[in-house]
Amino acid sequence: MTDTTSNVPADRARTTELSPIGRFLKATEIDTRMLGMVGALLLIWVGLQVISSLRLGVNPFDFDSRTFLTARNLWNLSVQASAVAIMATGMVLVIVMRNIDLSVGSAEGLIGMVMGFAQVHFLVKAVGLELGNPWIWALALVIGIALGLLIGALQGFVIAYMEVPAFIVTLGGLLIWRGAAWWVTSGQTIAPLDATFQLMGGGPQGAIGATWSWVVGLVACLAVVLLLLRGRQQRKRFKFPLRPLWAETFLGTVTCGVILGAVWIANSYPWPIGIVRRYAEANGITVPEGGLFIAHGIAIPVLIAVAVGIVMTFVTNRTRFGRYVFAIGGNPEAANLAGINTRWITMKVFMIMGVLAAISAAVSSARLNSATNSLGTLDELLVIAAAVIGGTSLAGGAGTVAGAMLGALLMQSLQSGMVLLNIDTPLQNIVVGLVLVVAVWLDTLYRKRV
Amino acid sequence: MEQTRIPLVDLKNISIAFGGIRAVDDASVDLYPGEVVALLGHNGAGKSTLIKILSGAYKRDSGAIFVRGEEASISNPRDAKKYGIETIYQTLALADNVDAAANLFLGREIMTAYGTLDDVAMEAEARKVMGRLNPRFQRFKEPVSKLSGGQRQSVAIARAILFNARILIMDEPTAALGPQETAQVGELVKQLKADGIGIFLISHDIHDVFDLADRVCVMKNGQVVGTARTQDVTKDEVLGMIILGKCPPGAIPGPGAMQIAA
Repeated sequence: MTDTTSNVPADRARTTELSPIGRFLKATEIDTRMLGMVGALLLIWVGLQVISSLRLGVNPFDFDSRTFLTARNLWNLSVQASAVAIMATGMVLVIVMRNIDLSVGSAEGLIGMVMGFAQVHFLVKAVGLELGNPWIWALALVIGIALGLLIGALQGFVIAYMEVPAFIVTLGGLLIWRGAAWWVTSGQTIAPLDATFQLMGGGPQGAIGATWSWVVGLVACLAVVLLLLRGRQQRKRFKFPLRPLWAETFLGTVTCGVILGAVWIANSYPWPIGIVRRYAEANGITVPEGGLFIAHGIAIPVLIAVAVGIVMTFVTNRTRFGRYVFAIGGNPEAANLAGINTRWITMKVFMIMGVLAAISAAVSSARLNSATNSLGTLDELLVIAAAVIGGTSLAGGAGTVAGAMLGALLMQSLQSGMVLLNIDTPLQNIVVGLVLVVAVWLDTLYRKRV
Repeated sequence: MEQTRIPLVDLKNISIAFGGIRAVDDASVDLYPGEVVALLGHNGAGKSTLIKILSGAYKRDSGAIFVRGEEASISNPRDAKKYGIETIYQTLALADNVDAAANLFLGREIMTAYGTLDDVAMEAEARKVMGRLNPRFQRFKEPVSKLSGGQRQSVAIARAILFNARILIMDEPTAALGPQETAQVGELVKQLKADGIGIFLISHDIHDVFDLADRVCVMKNGQVVGTARTQDVTKDEVLGMIILGKCPPGAIPGPGAMQIAA
């Protein structure tokens, strides 16, 4: 009976003739929306480079060290974007399920304070670990993640099982966790943090150096190639139409090129002279004439963010849980009738969000080398904006992890660029606000056309 | 047909109330293998509610459900599916944002050895079953929201028959379909009947019902007016049951039948 499928014309509207670009996109199966985001990001980068160069009166293509497109600026940008990017991956799931989480910034603040308190006071004074003990780092992080899980579970339970709207529950959380953060030390800032813990925040020590960066880059390229090959194998197994070979090669080459390019940029940013001098003295190296070039390499917070992004992409695309999250977002009633335990899935999504807030808290408090009760203030809005700019539909059912991370990078680029251009903070906020609205408007137009 | 056969499904004295409204009141209906029983009645007569109790979407207040002679405990849709009860809902109950294969396997995904979704295997299965139902269907990569009404309906039907249903509930299966597709569904019903599957058919279209059903069961105000074999009653008599609650001589009256003052 299945034989009949082959000779019956396809049941669809007549396809229009595709332009060469259309054919190219169809063959490579690139998501045009994602392509648009990458285009927007590049446009912003080039624009900021040109403006920052013109202000200084230098040629944009000289890549002067004070302009936007420098290894140093891009490296810092990536570190600054990490905390928001990590939380945005979870916010995608929350919004896809037609919920919202306004509490992530406050939860981040509370968890940051608790982790700071744990590593500087609790683990040292009450548990009796010596300062600098490498376990302090791990224990503090575990405490933070457990707290994040608990906060998420609590909010998720009230939302899923007690049926209080997520907006209200997390609005309450926004106030509650911020208040609780103040209470941990009666508002005192905790600094400095544990030396190992600090590595999660970046800086010359918190980066993995040139050699390891290349190793990571090459492993990533290998993984890309293997994934492409496996996808092809799978399609062959069931005799599905394959992508043309040139398209596969193109995709592989571009992806590997981007990965290795990013590594190259991270490796082009040298340690500051002072740190090199201290490092040289400590290790008995004589600094040669013209300085010693020690590259930062990929920052640890960026690695954490990328790892989180990969795990979350896997969870959304390849697991039952991820499939259910999207199905519930598309039609909660249908998901329920299909036998999905929608309440438990909702609670789990908020638990994941809590854990991600804890990871972000670790990254951002480590970067600042201090825990303050204002840590993460207004981050919830940046996280939501990143997810929405990245194509997550507030109506639910649509969104990608990679898009949200790109959205976070895009917003951080704007913000860093405006700082570089000495634009006042109020004007910065105005621009970010406008970009958010325009981005969502463009997305609405795009969705109507496709 | 021998009378001693065990019914595939036997709903006995089912009642459910929402607030003060008795949506289903002491309703009993049974279904034999290879039989099509049509449930008829006005909007709000309680037929959809009764059927949602069988499919696990609602929990009954009282009454019992027997599947193949044994009492079944059905308190959610998963339980119903374990008994081989599949439902095609009037609203189709599709997740619009995911593709056909994801909808077909929603809640029963095929997994790889590593515990991840085996999308390719699911798509292959989807192609097989959709090939049977609607050979011209090709849009496997697109979200269901992009499909036409008829195509969406075939996805919903395919989902119900994919997992070896023994009991099929079709709630207005042809409401969104054109004449050709309606005929296709009719063919499918006959084919499924031949396979020994029992079908509850909810429909407004009395012609459909007389074409496909072996028996009709009419409900009014949550109660069963009567049950009759289609060859024993006329369309007008059935209309009388629906509108007036008047039980004709060819039908077995239920608790909802109009009491004729004698």
